[in-house]
Amino acid sequence: MKIHEYQARNLFVEYGIPVAQGDVADTPEAAVAIAQKTGFPVVIKAQVLVGGRGKAGGVKVVGTEAELISEFKRIKALNIKGYTVERLLVAKAIDIKKEYYLAVTIDNIKGDVVIIASADGGVEIEETAKTHPDRIIKFYLGGVKSLDEARWAPVAAQLFSDIRLQKSSTAILQKLLKLFFEKDCSLAEINPFVINGEGNLIAADAKVIFDDNALDKHPDEIAMRDMKYEDADELEAKEKGLSFVKLEGNVGCIVNGAGLAMGTMDAVNLLGGKPANFLDVGGSSNPEKVLNALKIILRNKDIKVILINIFGGITRCDDIANGILTALKQINIPVPLVIRLTGTNEKEAKALLTSAGLTTFTSMRQAVTEAVKATK
Amino acid sequence: MSILINEKTKVIVQGITGRDGSFHAKQMLDYGTKVVGGVTPGKGGQEVNGIPVFNSVKEAKEKTGCDAAVIYVPAKFAKDAMLEDIANGIPLIICITEGVPVLDMVEVKKALAQSNCRLIGPNCPGLISPGKAKIGIMPGHIHKAGDVGVVSRSGTLTYEVVFNLTAQGMGQSSCVGLGGDPIIGTRFVDVLQMFQDDPDTKAIVMVGEIGGGDEQLAAEFIKKHVTKPVVSFIAGRTAPAGKRMGHAGAIISSGDSTAETKMQILRDAGVTVIDFPDEIPQALAAGLKK
Repeated sequence: MKIHEYQARNLFVEYGIPVAQGDVADTPEAAVAIAQKTGFPVVIKAQVLVGGRGKAGGVKVVGTEAELISEFKRIKALNIKGYTVERLLVAKAIDIKKEYYLAVTIDNIKGDVVIIASADGGVEIEETAKTHPDRIIKFYLGGVKSLDEARWAPVAAQLFSDIRLQKSSTAILQKLLKLFFEKDCSLAEINPFVINGEGNLIAADAKVIFDDNALDKHPDEIAMRDMKYEDADELEAKEKGLSFVKLEGNVGCIVNGAGLAMGTMDAVNLLGGKPANFLDVGGSSNPEKVLNALKIILRNKDIKVILINIFGGITRCDDIANGILTALKQINIPVPLVIRLTGTNEKEAKALLTSAGLTTFTSMRQAVTEAVKATK
Repeated sequence: MSILINEKTKVIVQGITGRDGSFHAKQMLDYGTKVVGGVTPGKGGQEVNGIPVFNSVKEAKEKTGCDAAVIYVPAKFAKDAMLEDIANGIPLIICITEGVPVLDMVEVKKALAQSNCRLIGPNCPGLISPGKAKIGIMPGHIHKAGDVGVVSRSGTLTYEVVFNLTAQGMGQSSCVGLGGDPIIGTRFVDVLQMFQDDPDTKAIVMVGEIGGGDEQLAAEFIKKHVTKPVVSFIAGRTAPAGKRMGHAGAIISSGDSTAETKMQILRDAGVTVIDFPDEIPQALAAGLKK
């Protein structure tokens, strides 16, 4: 789960990672009040969960109150990649002497936590990683949840010639690691990590991503979710144990398993149709899930047909069949249902559906072809 | 022959008293798998489908001599279940559970690295050597013994592929579901090596999806080390960029992780990449003729 810069910055403050003085504001008046405390110049930054806000004009350094008010209003009126700006971070502008990069993340292939550091920080870090991979330091923790300072010391020395900065950067890294582990993050990043006019290290930006699988342990993190970035149907689906993503087409899809759900979307596309959604009913589905899935899909008025593609493993086909039969009794389904069921308890499922007058398919290609035909 | 499991493999089921654990323990037994015990702390002494339940993996291993364990416990207990297997030296661990926190897996990976255990999963369907044994949740009856090795990141999509193979009379030596999570115990390259070394596997089917870099590593490996024909299907060509499709692994993190890129890299490595799962049997037949 992604969070806003100001939320990540609050976490930095909580863990003692130095940041520029400031706060988040949703009105020009609030922004002025913050700037009066920090003193000018200040930097104002649009708080959006999409990249490229700088290029979209969402970041600006302002020197006076009048400029702050006009620029605040301008940025707040921006639409950045389809998202309006609700809040801006207002922080004292840092006199940047040098930019570094520091992040903690997980290397999935190695299955280990890795610290990524570079003396070439800033917006071009990804470019640097491609053109000068030697300038990017990767330091693996080796499966432990702490930093071996003796092993890290030569790396710190490689990044900073000044012993004082070697020490303070290591102390900040320790705090970043503590945050990373305690909050179950998949990323904690400072970019740029800068030396300011006083010669001290400070985080000029803050980025934190939480591990979705660990959110159950952290109600505080769930509370940080910005609902504006969540589709209401997608959220409701998640609450009901379904995984749903709305797309542009008109073939509603209900599938078990993410891989087959993607495969079904691809098949619809390949056979000349357009999938209306990704929907994975998940494993060990109870009949209730099918009812909920149908309800969510039917809210999309573009739907011309619903394709149910189930390959039973941990999901039992008869559970799905019962769910379909319950749904038919409880809700009006104004579009044709194309049902493909095979796998665990397939016979029981087909008997249930056949006795209710429904046709089922065994072949995925046949079912998808039939569904696409219904949209023409 | 087959890889990883056969008719002699003795399995214990962790979480055997739960809904999924008990159901699939029975399914595995019915398939012919030697399910020798179950583990649920506090429920030792009971029986589920005639299978004895033990309080710990240690006790189960002492009493049954098991050499594999399959995990059906809820996500928050999965780490401890895996660590318990590793501590007791269970050679093959299959974790079906989905939703295991990533940092839990970092701990498990460290313990694995210091052991001789192999982990399949988590968030996987398990594996099957048709006609011999199945450990996991796949429907046994769609499989048929034969000489095609199947390895996949997905569960249900693997069944789709197997279903098509069996329908065309192409049996399988073993089918391994690796799991859809970012950190997993066994990856494409590990299983590709086993299939390459297995004299009874004549051809390989590899089912991948968008996100991550495993298919790229597999392509490199195939180019250098695999002489048997490989046919591949990659799911997610219509998945919108940057959207999660249920699997943590299925996130398009960079341009290099799109389905189209992966398909091209695999083609460049000599793999036959097909568009629809039911095209696999024909592509395999063509590959085997060469």
